[in-house]
Amino acid sequence: MLSLLRTIWLVFLHLFHKKATIEYPEEKIPLHPRYRGRIVLTRDPDGQERCVGCYLCAAACPVDCIALQAAEDENGRRYPEFFRINFSRCIFCGYCEDACPTYAIQLIPDVEMAEFHRQDLVFEKEDLLIDSEGKYPGYNYYKIAGITAGVKETGQGANEEPPVDVHSLLP
Amino acid sequence: MPTIYIDSKPYEALAGKNLLETCLGLGIDLPYFCWHPALGSVGACRQCAVKVFKDAQDGTGRLVMSCMEMVKEGMRASVSDKDAVAFRAQVIEWLMTNHPHDCPVCDEGGSCHLQDMTVMTGHDYRRFRYKKRTYENQNLGPFLHHEMNRCIQCYRCVRFYHDYAGGKDLGVFAAHNHVYFGRETSGILESPFSGNLVEVCPTGVFTDKLLKEHYTRKWDLASAPSICQHCSLGCNIFTGERYGRLRQITNRYNSEVNGYFLCDKGRFGYAFVNDVNRVTRPLLRNQTIEAVDEAPLMKTLREMLSGEELIGIGSPRASIESNFSLIQLVGRDNFYQGLPEYPAYLSGKVAELVQSGALYVPSLKEIEASDAVLVLGEDIWNTAPVMALAVRQAVVRTAAAQAGKQSGLPAWHDLAVKEATQEKKGFLANLTVCPSPLDEEAAFSLRRAPDTIARLGFAIAHAIDPSLPSLPDISTAMRSIVNSIAGALRSAQHPVIISGVSCYNEGLIKAACTIAAALHTIGLRAGVAYVLPECNSMGLALLHAPSFDNATARVLSKPGVTAIILEADIYRTVAEKEADAFFDACKHIIVLDSMHNRTTQKAHALLPAAAFAETDGTIINYEARAQQYFQVLAPQQDIRASWKWLGKLKGLRAAAGNGQQVHPDEILQQLEQALPAFKGISRVAPSPDFRVHGQPIPRDPQRYSGRTAILANLTVSEPRPPQDTDSPLAFSMEGYPGIPPPALIPFYWAPGWNSNQSVSKYQQEPGGALRDGDPGVLLSGQAVLRLTGEEKPTAPPLFMDIPEAFEAREDRWLLLPQVHLFGSDELSSYTPGIRRLAPQPYIGLGEADATALGVIEGDDIFVWLEGKACSFPLAIRKGLCPGITLLPMGIPGIPVPQWGSWVKITLSEDAEEIRCPSKIF
Ligand code: SF4
Ligand code: SF4
Ligand code: SF4
Ligand code: SF4
Ligand code: FES
Repeated sequence: MLSLLRTIWLVFLHLFHKKATIEYPEEKIPLHPRYRGRIVLTRDPDGQERCVGCYLCAAACPVDCIALQAAEDENGRRYPEFFRINFSRCIFCGYCEDACPTYAIQLIPDVEMAEFHRQDLVFEKEDLLIDSEGKYPGYNYYKIAGITAGVKETGQGANEEPPVDVHSLLP
Repeated sequence: MPTIYIDSKPYEALAGKNLLETCLGLGIDLPYFCWHPALGSVGACRQCAVKVFKDAQDGTGRLVMSCMEMVKEGMRASVSDKDAVAFRAQVIEWLMTNHPHDCPVCDEGGSCHLQDMTVMTGHDYRRFRYKKRTYENQNLGPFLHHEMNRCIQCYRCVRFYHDYAGGKDLGVFAAHNHVYFGRETSGILESPFSGNLVEVCPTGVFTDKLLKEHYTRKWDLASAPSICQHCSLGCNIFTGERYGRLRQITNRYNSEVNGYFLCDKGRFGYAFVNDVNRVTRPLLRNQTIEAVDEAPLMKTLREMLSGEELIGIGSPRASIESNFSLIQLVGRDNFYQGLPEYPAYLSGKVAELVQSGALYVPSLKEIEASDAVLVLGEDIWNTAPVMALAVRQAVVRTAAAQAGKQSGLPAWHDLAVKEATQEKKGFLANLTVCPSPLDEEAAFSLRRAPDTIARLGFAIAHAIDPSLPSLPDISTAMRSIVNSIAGALRSAQHPVIISGVSCYNEGLIKAACTIAAALHTIGLRAGVAYVLPECNSMGLALLHAPSFDNATARVLSKPGVTAIILEADIYRTVAEKEADAFFDACKHIIVLDSMHNRTTQKAHALLPAAAFAETDGTIINYEARAQQYFQVLAPQQDIRASWKWLGKLKGLRAAAGNGQQVHPDEILQQLEQALPAFKGISRVAPSPDFRVHGQPIPRDPQRYSGRTAILANLTVSEPRPPQDTDSPLAFSMEGYPGIPPPALIPFYWAPGWNSNQSVSKYQQEPGGALRDGDPGVLLSGQAVLRLTGEEKPTAPPLFMDIPEAFEAREDRWLLLPQVHLFGSDELSSYTPGIRRLAPQPYIGLGEADATALGVIEGDDIFVWLEGKACSFPLAIRKGLCPGITLLPMGIPGIPVPQWGSWVKITLSEDAEEIRCPSKIF
């Protein structure tokens, strides 16, 4: 009995609290930069696709809603030939972002993805790729990787020595 | 069995093994790099350190490399000792100081032994702040990609390529901390076993270039157990599928057959499955739209089949299920082979001998363990590559085993055994028509004509058992060679004689058998292996069907026949004229095949047959070992297994039309009942309703990704995956997660072991048989006797009909085929890399004949085939006996000749017949 009255009293007090609901869509919700919303594929500082088609995001995805195919250009640079996310399955857990070794796949603070048809929630690379580095500016995986991929010469990467002269026996 | 204590727990160990393999066999995870069960230990990588204690009181112990430590009774070791753990962690940290940041773009990732071992030792963050060493890479040809930065200097690559496979062009360069593994300069790796480097190298230095074109991680591949389709050895393979395409072939371990290694034709020859030249729709010729749907197709087929006389042409590259379904459709008396009389006779002869029970046919493993090998005529390097690799091990290992015995060294102690062995070798006599890379290992290598080799074989038999007919006309020099070979075979414990049908010579087959018979009289059980041309040649031969010549005679004498041709391009085996005559005489022609070819062009009705990766089937290898392969791809469009099509046709023909589906295991049971030669074949694999705890065996690994996205572009509500009612395997990641029966293992994986090195978890002991025994059923006579327990060592049959010595003719050359590992096989040649390595057409002559004709290498000369002059450049074959000419087999652009016939060679198209004066012998 006492708790019932107490509850009614608390609800009554809420009449004088600040309103939690907002006039969406006129008014936008404030989302933090690390909010896990819409998934995008970003570009590196040179404006090239960051994704190297390593399949780690697809493997990490608990609902298996990422499918892609890796391809290689004439310089040996890997990129995804297609990259598909089925957002009707995605649970926005962000595991793909955690798994991505190149900062390519990122979840951004945007939740406006509703569609009338489920089929329209299937996004291809063209729908995912944005012209930005996203949350992690400055990172260029191929500058650090051991392969040249047309980005650098052998031994010119970050933290690399010039290539070994195999004819030399000097220490 | 010594008892050893690992971390104070007692275990039974196998005597003579090293501590590392013992631990792995006991299921104790211990990291390693340089040790390989087939290559032995060298103690180079220092990764496998453990502590060994003097006795129970010793608390300090000493660090040793477990791969170099022999197990001893009462031995006390610790894997989890903190010094050992710290030592191993340090070693991997050193190895990783120079390792590139490559896993995301490295094709090894997900099946990388280095990744597994790094995780196992717990090394996660790089503390080394200095620069990384780099290397220039090389272009190693169409099969292998080279990325030297990833090397950890374990030396496995050269130990396999050079020491095991005998390759010359891969080596170690430079010194100390910048050794380099590669060729002297960029270029195609010469060894046809180079593809094994992909699996031997524990890192991503050597990766599969074909896989790179459609790269997929191992965890994303749906896989199935399969059998290589490109020669008669039947090596076991895994096929891997993704997005409906065949993506990769890797080695599937079978201790009796291929062990750890494949040849490059087997590993890379799968591109035909994805080729644009596939037949995907049923076609009815001479219609405006040839591709037809089920209903009109069935109507026409019913017309073609009803009331007509049917004959069937079987195939040496189709499964036994398909061949037998054809027999069931047309009747045994109407079933023929697509081979001319003589080759059909030869493989029939081989099948008869293998079936008789008098011949002991060694497996590849038994050939490896042989101490004297005699090759009679067959160019096994090209016709049975992994057998050549096995013969090489026989030669290298026997000497090593002897050296080891003398010095008390265990066989796995690779380096020490090599030191002890020095240049000593086991015995190999390679008597062939043409030189072969095997000659290097041979005590005797001779180049002679097939008849002469057969005679030498009979002479050897006589030298072993003098009661056999002698050959008085053999020169003294030859006689001493014959005596030495006979002596080596006599003093061997496990002699093996290898021959085959590629020389088109019956004498060779008989001679091999006669030598075994001679050895039998002195109480030696000699193995005799006959190499056949195609993957199921043995299966077809065991059906003992008449040749194509008989089929032609039949249709010519009685027009109005409907011919059903099963998965064979007749134009590759039979001369054009004869094939045309056959097809012209048939009323209707129904062809089942997977690729468009000249035979399918003749078809009135063409049915798209499944390739090996799209269906289940059983093929029978040279030793009559029946092995089953399983479907991994859901066939596109209207493609269906040949045995399914044939079952449908049977339904059409039976008036009642009960076209009810049968499963492959039912066909095998019917085959067993119909033909006693195939008794036992239905045991080849578990039946389709086999389940473990009610669950099927999943083809997809547990980490398989993209299930809800792969087809989402087509339809967002996931369609049901294809259901497999023909086998216990499922197109799913759901199912029994443990180790399935050996015939059904779809891939190797164990927790913490993502690379193929996880095979040790599936073996009874590292390098031993698979748990529950290796898959496959032996149908050979001796195997059947062994099974029924009434094995009496019956003597192999003796043959007395010694052929005449080969004599070069005045104006004709004996035409023999040269089989090429790359290029001679029909299906593997669809792989661009294999096509690139295949030879261009040529005419092969010996040096003496070329000199006598006054021509040099590359000159265009003419060979007369079927009355027409065909011009090809001359290729001089060193050591080729005068009077013999060679044409490469199966190479496009060369008409199919009658092998073993005598042909004319001229210098110009209309030249007078020229005489060759070099007839010396
Ligand atoms: S994890 Fe990153 S780099 Fe790898 S496939 Fe996914 S998005 Fe591309
Ligand atoms: S070799 Fe293994 S550890 Fe090294 S980059 Fe490749 S996948 Fe990674
Ligand atoms: S290339 Fe591979 S196999 Fe050869 S030493 Fe390096 S890591 Fe070992
Ligand atoms: S040896 Fe023959 S069966 Fe084995 S992989 Fe090579 S082609 Fe295939
Ligand atoms: S595996 Fe023992 S030292 Fe390499």
